[in-house]
Amino acid sequence: MNHSFDEISAQLKKRHRKSARLKWISMGALGLAGLFLVLFFSDMLNKGLPAFQQAYIQVEVDYNEDATRMGRAAMDREISSLVSRSFERLIPGMIRDNPDLLGTSEQRWVLANSQVDQYLKGHRNKLSEEERARVDELAESGQVELKFNTTFFTNGDSKMAESAGILAAVVGTVMTMLVTLAIAFPIGVMTAVYLEEFAPDNRLTQLIEININNLAAIPSILFGLLGLAIFINFFGVPRSSPLVGGMTLALMTLPVIIIATRTALRSVPDSIRHAAFGVGCSRWQAVRDHVLPLAMPGIMTGSIIGLAQAMGETAPLIIVGMVAFIPDVGISFTNAATVMPAQVFTWAGEPERAFVEKTAGGILVLLSILIALNATAVVLRKKFERRW
Amino acid sequence: MQTNPLLALFGGALLLLGLIAFFIGRAKAARVRAAGVAMHAQPDQYAWFAVLATAGPALLVSALGAFVMLLLGAEIPVPYLLAGSLIIAALGLMFGINKAKPDFHARQAIERVIGWILIGAALISIFTTFGILFSIVFEALRFFQMHSFWDFITGTVWNPGASFLVAAGRGDEGGAAAQFGSVPLFAGTFMITAIAMLVAIPVGLLSAIYMSEFAPARVRTFAKPTLEVLAGIPTVVYGFFAAITVAPIIVNVAGFFGLDASFNNAVAPGLVMGIMIIPFISSLSDDVINSVPDSMRQGSLALGMTKSETIRDVVIPAALPGIISASLLAVSRALGETMIVVMAAGMRPNLTANPLEDMTTVTVRIVAALTGDLEFESAETLSAFALGLVLFAVTLSLNLVSVIMIRRFREKYRVNNL
Amino acid sequence: MNMQVAERESNAMSSQQSGQPVTRNDSANHELSIRVRDLNLWYGQNQALKNISLDIFQKNVTALIGPSGCGKSTFLRCLNRMNDLIPSVRTEGLVEMDGRDVNDARMDEVALRRRVGMVFQKPNPFPKSIFENVAYAPRMHDLVSRKAEQEELVEQALRDAGLWNEVKDKLHQPGTSLSGGQQQRLCIARAIAVKPDVILMDEPTSALDPISTATIEDLMDKLKKQFTIVTVTHNMQQAARVADYTAFFHLGEVIEYNDTKTMFSNPHTKKAEDYITGRYG
Repeated sequence: MNHSFDEISAQLKKRHRKSARLKWISMGALGLAGLFLVLFFSDMLNKGLPAFQQAYIQVEVDYNEDATRMGRAAMDREISSLVSRSFERLIPGMIRDNPDLLGTSEQRWVLANSQVDQYLKGHRNKLSEEERARVDELAESGQVELKFNTTFFTNGDSKMAESAGILAAVVGTVMTMLVTLAIAFPIGVMTAVYLEEFAPDNRLTQLIEININNLAAIPSILFGLLGLAIFINFFGVPRSSPLVGGMTLALMTLPVIIIATRTALRSVPDSIRHAAFGVGCSRWQAVRDHVLPLAMPGIMTGSIIGLAQAMGETAPLIIVGMVAFIPDVGISFTNAATVMPAQVFTWAGEPERAFVEKTAGGILVLLSILIALNATAVVLRKKFERRW
Repeated sequence: MQTNPLLALFGGALLLLGLIAFFIGRAKAARVRAAGVAMHAQPDQYAWFAVLATAGPALLVSALGAFVMLLLGAEIPVPYLLAGSLIIAALGLMFGINKAKPDFHARQAIERVIGWILIGAALISIFTTFGILFSIVFEALRFFQMHSFWDFITGTVWNPGASFLVAAGRGDEGGAAAQFGSVPLFAGTFMITAIAMLVAIPVGLLSAIYMSEFAPARVRTFAKPTLEVLAGIPTVVYGFFAAITVAPIIVNVAGFFGLDASFNNAVAPGLVMGIMIIPFISSLSDDVINSVPDSMRQGSLALGMTKSETIRDVVIPAALPGIISASLLAVSRALGETMIVVMAAGMRPNLTANPLEDMTTVTVRIVAALTGDLEFESAETLSAFALGLVLFAVTLSLNLVSVIMIRRFREKYRVNNL
Repeated sequence: MNMQVAERESNAMSSQQSGQPVTRNDSANHELSIRVRDLNLWYGQNQALKNISLDIFQKNVTALIGPSGCGKSTFLRCLNRMNDLIPSVRTEGLVEMDGRDVNDARMDEVALRRRVGMVFQKPNPFPKSIFENVAYAPRMHDLVSRKAEQEELVEQALRDAGLWNEVKDKLHQPGTSLSGGQQQRLCIARAIAVKPDVILMDEPTSALDPISTATIEDLMDKLKKQFTIVTVTHNMQQAARVADYTAFFHLGEVIEYNDTKTMFSNPHTKKAEDYITGRYG
């Protein structure tokens, strides 16, 4: 009746072969996911890194009478078609501000237009044959060059790809995040403290808990509808402003902070609370003076992660109008502003080839900030990790 | 804008009153104590109580006033309101200082107030849900007054711009009135969600199986956070990736097989959305698989099952409720995903089963309706809220089912584990 | 048995403190099932088993007793290589069954476990129906194929495990719906359905109430007609009631191995006597 090891092993061969398959397939699945990640990042780097270089051209600027009306007149006509119009537009103002310039001329490195830029980078462009030959010639003599693109980090948005920059969006993001954090952090921590330390186990508490879990899973665009209908239409908060954007994102970030804070509070052992009660602390004093300080690293980590999540959010901000065209960097909570992901979205919608590069460049800036934030959270967690 | 200096003045006055309350309250309590009378609380606590008595009611009254003005449209002149609040603050100040007596439990009083503040904070999350619900429901109701709910749910033509055609004298082409049949939008949404799930569920689940059952510890500690990076990438970035990189690849591949694909095909956003969702499935499934008690694996191995047979026939069936719950959450997320489809899917409502054609989704139409230069009162704008209502209802039920399933799962193994 | 082995064997035995080597204490049904010689096991740096040499006889119940942490469960799990699942474990020495070294690299541990089944401390039925719990493994092992055969086998196993009358009307309910004692008998039915040679039981009654415990003890007595049973228990009365042989483990060593009667009436070692009389443990 009983089989020997050899008989059984022989039977098992097929099953072992079949079993090995699951291991390889599942490993392949993980590999595939990893491959996606690699493909994605290499694609973004490939498309975005050129954005950090921009074509500059050396031109002879002749501050003559005509140039006070039309900047184009200050340059050689053949060259001026290669120069960014953003520079041409500056010339009349420069002469107005500094009348001594009139009648003089100088050699300057100025932004080339995006067509020249794309041509130098080997992308599709609209330059004519003659213009290409001229650019080649100038490049030969060192009068056209790809240099580090400072404009990208110092300008706001622009309809001209070569002078479009991310700064206005970065400032807008900072302002929006300030609002988000100012609202979500205290309310989130207070909610978590209440649920974890004070709340009786009743229906209301359960309702709040279920509700928080549910809020974390509601599509973000619905928060945008709330922002539009309640904050803008009902309370009259200015549309497109960091205030309304920040408030909307605060509601989205709230569950993340609450859940993280609760975990952090739960990881503080009860012995700490008992010790505090033992020396006559009230419940609130025990929480304020002993539990919260110990939970703080965990709370900070969770808040940073929540912040990073909010920072990448776009859909609700589109609904509350934060996709405005913002050419100037303005520090205000109530004026129209844009944020980094919204800027990326705006650029992605521009038909011009040069904007693809800007979009990917903006994405790289955004991703770097997000990675830095998450790395901070990881470091914070590692540093303060404590075993009770 | 003229209210701003007024508000600043109000804030300044309130701050001043608060400071006065603090110092007088503390001084008084300290004096009582110095006289040798035993008190129920510390001087600072009396001081803080005085501050609370000063600022609390005043702020409440002004907030209430502001709310009444907004909600009921009643005109209360702002200066009067603020002045009234300040008077209440002064009254509170006197009350608070008066209370600085030995037999008053200042600490308990403060902590009661703190307790209420904490409850208030906790209620904000409830208000948020209701806020979402109300803002959507009210506007949606207004939409359904203009267009029948039945047509909205069953209609197969979504053509909000048709009224313009009528105005342009081309009424014959688009029908007599704007049509809001949402079936094509839902069809598009489900098509893209289905494609995303076809990518995310197998890859995510298998990755989770590998990480929790096969991978050496070193691979696991590295692979898990790496996968989570996929979840941290903003959706707008995925949208760009789908539109600029993936869609042309799909078109080329389809062309290679002699098929005609649109650049706004459903495959590209679906595929990229699937990639985005992989870590949701994998990390939730990983947790669930890990919480299947080891005794079950051992029971199977001790019967002479191979590792894979154990996983397939014992571990996965045991973890199934958790895995389904994770998948439901993922579906809910895919249905509500906006940026990827806005950037990579089409704008044209298109009822088709061919994923290579362009099609649009609910979220795309919501964005389109709310970002144009239309009047807020127009049917098209309001249709966004009607769509939002459906989205809310569907995702809410998916989330709830998923939460209940995962809770059952946890309870089951807690009981069995004891 | 050739000379060399016999010699090694007697060396191993003489290294033990037990007065009478059990290998010589033979009778008609004392056929060898598993032979263990100089078995050592480490968890990382800690040695958990030290020079264990033990013979396990067919169609007998062998009980492993000793204070907790003495290595008896670890030893049990060496017999079907369940310790392989713990990455830090390292073993040395001989565990021989059917003339084959169990720890040999060529030994397929799946095949081994097919012949050496196991019942665990806590009942661990699969999240399947009662029927499937029993039928699953035989089907996978190709012991049965047709539906009728399966039903027959399931019934036989459940009868052998003394569970049939209680579950015959609800074979398709989940195994987890049964009571603890029933679940444990289901796990026993599951184990005997694959027709192993040996069944290892790791404190099979420690999670059960006294009545379920008595049922399982009766069962062990019946099952030893067909199977070799090795059971770990921390309940000495249980060992005295059900076991034919008893090994006393202490700090990773076998202090005494004897037939149960001798062990409980006239132990050869002081430590075993102290433990059995309840001076410690």
